[in-house]
Amino acid sequence: MALPLGATAIVLAALMGVLAVERIREAILRRGGLIMRRDPAPGAYDPGRERRAENKARELLRSCVNDEEWEMYRDLGFIRVWGGLSRRPGGERGARGSKREAVAQADYAYLIYPHRPVVAYLPQTGTLLNEYCVAFPDRDAPYGSTRLPASDDVLAKWMALHADERQLIFEANMHLPGRQVDPAMVRRDLRRLARWERERLRCPRHAAAAPRAV
Amino acid sequence: MKPGHGEIVLAEGDVEVPEQERELIEAFRRELDSGMWAAVPTSTSGGRREAELVKRFEDVPRDAERVIFFPRAAGGALPQEH
Repeated sequence: MALPLGATAIVLAALMGVLAVERIREAILRRGGLIMRRDPAPGAYDPGRERRAENKARELLRSCVNDEEWEMYRDLGFIRVWGGLSRRPGGERGARGSKREAVAQADYAYLIYPHRPVVAYLPQTGTLLNEYCVAFPDRDAPYGSTRLPASDDVLAKWMALHADERQLIFEANMHLPGRQVDPAMVRRDLRRLARWERERLRCPRHAAAAPRAV
Repeated sequence: MKPGHGEIVLAEGDVEVPEQERELIEAFRRELDSGMWAAVPTSTSGGRREAELVKRFEDVPRDAERVIFFPRAAGGALPQEH
């Protein structure tokens, strides 16, 4: 009788000991938490930071690109930019007018994805040409992360392509299609883009803005 | 543009006010010296939005509303693939 009671007492003591240790640890953690809240370390992890950064980046992107491009990015997740190196002399960039005019003026176009290579393709046939792998790493970035928010990455590519397409292509690592971006996904995106443009032209607001097709 | 931050205002001022213009020039040079690219959002005569890369403060159009700095482009790839 004495032996089972003694064993039970030992087990209870052990359990209480474990509970006491847990309470002490919890108290230490709470204390530590309070200290951290009072005086947050400069490099403290903030789970909402990236989201806030992305929201700001989206606003900046929206304020810089054309309405059609912003809506394209919002709805489809990428932006198409007409190639400028084969532009006809004296002509303004093709995207100014209707799609038919733009396709006639630009021999090729790019799809800009966030944090993925820029994909060059032929708008007339949908043939994929190349992937241009380019990044905008900030060497001074905190937390070891050098990546811009997704929308900033898109805007950086958009600005660089518009301002100095040749320079961006020079800096990029060129690969054949399929190296990093799934060609099937790009072809699907091109079909989504075509459908999106058709639906957009059905909207009276956008149809009125687009020149009449010949 | 900064990782983890998005857009940060570095300097603000009127280029017609000499003191403010000096501050803008200093901020501009500081960013370019640290390896950033500078772009000015522009519009064509047809209203299309474009962008222009600038390497000197004098190249910034006087009526430009803002200059956007971003890290210079580098050939990139997925880390595990290169």
